[in-house]
Amino acid sequence: MKRYPSFRILVAKCGLDGHDRGARTVAISLRDAGMEVIYTGLHQTPEKVVNAALQEDADAIGLSILSGAHMTLFPKVQKLMQEKGLKDMLLFGGGVIPPDDAAALEAQGIGKIFPPGSSIPDIVDYLNRVLSERQAKKEEGKDSDSGPR
Amino acid sequence: MFDKGKIEAIKLAAEGEGFDKSTPVLTDSGISLKPLYTPADIASIDYFDDLGFPGKPPFTRGVYHDMYRKQLWTRRQVCGYGTAEETNERLRYLNQSGQTGLNIVPDTPTIYGRDSDDPLCEGEVGREGVAVDSLEDMRDLFAGIPLDRVSTSVIYNYPILFCMYLAVAEEQGVPFANLAGTLQNDPFTIIAGAKSWITTPRGSMKLCVDVIEFCAQHLPRFNPVSVVGYHYREAGCTAAQEVGFTLAGGLAYAQAGVGRGLEIDDFAPRISFFYNAHNDFFEEIAKMRVARRLWHRLMTERFHPKNPRSAMLRFHTQTAGSSLTAQQPLNNIIRTTIQAMAAILGGTQSLHTNSYDEAFSLPSEPAVKIALRTQQILAYESGVTRTIDPLAGSYFVEALTQELETKARQIVEKIDELGGMLAAVEKNFVQQAITEAGLQKQKRIDSGEETVVGVNTFVEPEEKLNIEIMRLAPELEQKQVERVKAVRRKRDGKRAQEALQKLEKVAREGKNTIESTMEAVKTLATTGEIGQIYRKVFGTYTDPGL
Repeated sequence: MKRYPSFRILVAKCGLDGHDRGARTVAISLRDAGMEVIYTGLHQTPEKVVNAALQEDADAIGLSILSGAHMTLFPKVQKLMQEKGLKDMLLFGGGVIPPDDAAALEAQGIGKIFPPGSSIPDIVDYLNRVLSERQAKKEEGKDSDSGPR
Repeated sequence: MFDKGKIEAIKLAAEGEGFDKSTPVLTDSGISLKPLYTPADIASIDYFDDLGFPGKPPFTRGVYHDMYRKQLWTRRQVCGYGTAEETNERLRYLNQSGQTGLNIVPDTPTIYGRDSDDPLCEGEVGREGVAVDSLEDMRDLFAGIPLDRVSTSVIYNYPILFCMYLAVAEEQGVPFANLAGTLQNDPFTIIAGAKSWITTPRGSMKLCVDVIEFCAQHLPRFNPVSVVGYHYREAGCTAAQEVGFTLAGGLAYAQAGVGRGLEIDDFAPRISFFYNAHNDFFEEIAKMRVARRLWHRLMTERFHPKNPRSAMLRFHTQTAGSSLTAQQPLNNIIRTTIQAMAAILGGTQSLHTNSYDEAFSLPSEPAVKIALRTQQILAYESGVTRTIDPLAGSYFVEALTQELETKARQIVEKIDELGGMLAAVEKNFVQQAITEAGLQKQKRIDSGEETVVGVNTFVEPEEKLNIEIMRLAPELEQKQVERVKAVRRKRDGKRAQEALQKLEKVAREGKNTIESTMEAVKTLATTGEIGQIYRKVFGTYTDPGL
């Protein structure tokens, strides 16, 4: 099996949405897959989520929304991440989200949105792939930043 | 029920048939199924003690003497979105289409006891239900609907909306004694299942019992509590856990009512239940039969009621939302049909069938119509209603019913050990058990051990969505925000504050809060203001996490 570094994932629930089966299942399953997972619990504000991700030095925020508020909450979290300079951190998510909305969010630079029925191995593979790519890019960036010796 | 010698002979002959038992075949609750059931599997059943006649204890065969031969189940589709006016329109549409009872769901902010202009609610106003900020919204919701002519179910777990409903009834000139319907009012399910609380488990429980007490005194035709298994199941639990958790919850409410000085027979006949109808067809039917039988046994053992109806479990059913797939959504119509059939064969008193598009959004009007038509086709064309409890006596169904009862009773006893349902919920026991069961199910689906058509088998990778998705007008939230602000401007603010202060005092003194809540809603005190009193008096509650 391919070994990946242990990524840190913040699984988050925002607003008053109480549907946490998906978030809890994903959080535990990612942990079982060898990642470090922080679960925020229910009823967080976007500010709290982004602050927690910053403090925890997360590689990704996974936002689960089944309340219909996805078009409000995803962009809000994304904007806060930008404001805090978290440009290397991935924002992805899932929930009861119509495909058109998911496409619109993905077009805005948000990572993959997983609909109901998504499989855990798919989510794990996606994170390992995207986060490894990001990490590789970051390393490259560091090398070129240091300039010629 | 059978001759002893014959049973032995059948047992022997069945062994001799040599069915392959090498691979275990499990139900959703993990019960191991035999390839074939025979009379030997139900030889220990006593017809009178274990089954009885419909309408008679232990009610295994149904709660009414004639069941659907006399009256079909109530077709009760959940309804609620946007503003009160919009929901009122759809309620009237459903009634014209042949629906026989109302089933109203408020939006998330209302459920959490928050006003539409609360910053925490941004993006959620009117999304998953109807926004009810004040008595004005409730009045619009029921415009043109005489409350003494319909039975009204409100999916709400605190006295706030109940008191608004009572205030509208008063305005319509309907005496409380003529009101028929159900308030969900199940604190355990909102703490451990739906996770939509206003205050602590203990505070929520106190307010719940206030409603039970008030109804025992003033609303003889109204169910003050609907003990919900639906949310636990949606959150991931098994059929056996669904029965165990609900019955443990029901027992806790019965105990609490007695603790308030009520006679068990004054209120227990009005404790109702609400179950999920999931995919495992026979286990779901067995589950509903077990719920009735075990409730009868537990109530009789523990409370010795004189009225048999105190131990008679009536229930509403909703098909399983969590079984609906985003992939190939029209397949969901078939899933819903099978689940609805299980509910009918399980003897439900009312039914909501989900719409095929609910993995994406609230249902569109055509999707809602097919869901209702599904019930009507089952009711009028399939013939399943023609005889009562048609699966009774099936070697398999009766054996499964027995096994599931044993499992469910063990769960009730485990909760007894923990100190009852309130303690079990406070200790995060129920929540963790549900998550664990949901996780196991996800693993079975991911490994392919459990098949989901269109998801892990018969997949169409390039699938294009070919259904219309219901869209809510984006300006809806702003409209509702303006509305609650207008209510606060136009009301007599001083009167509202005084009523809220009085409510706070009554709540602090531990007295029944219903009358003072009713006074408060009449001054146009808002859902959020009353919710704030609950949070202040009983405390806020934070998700204990994983």
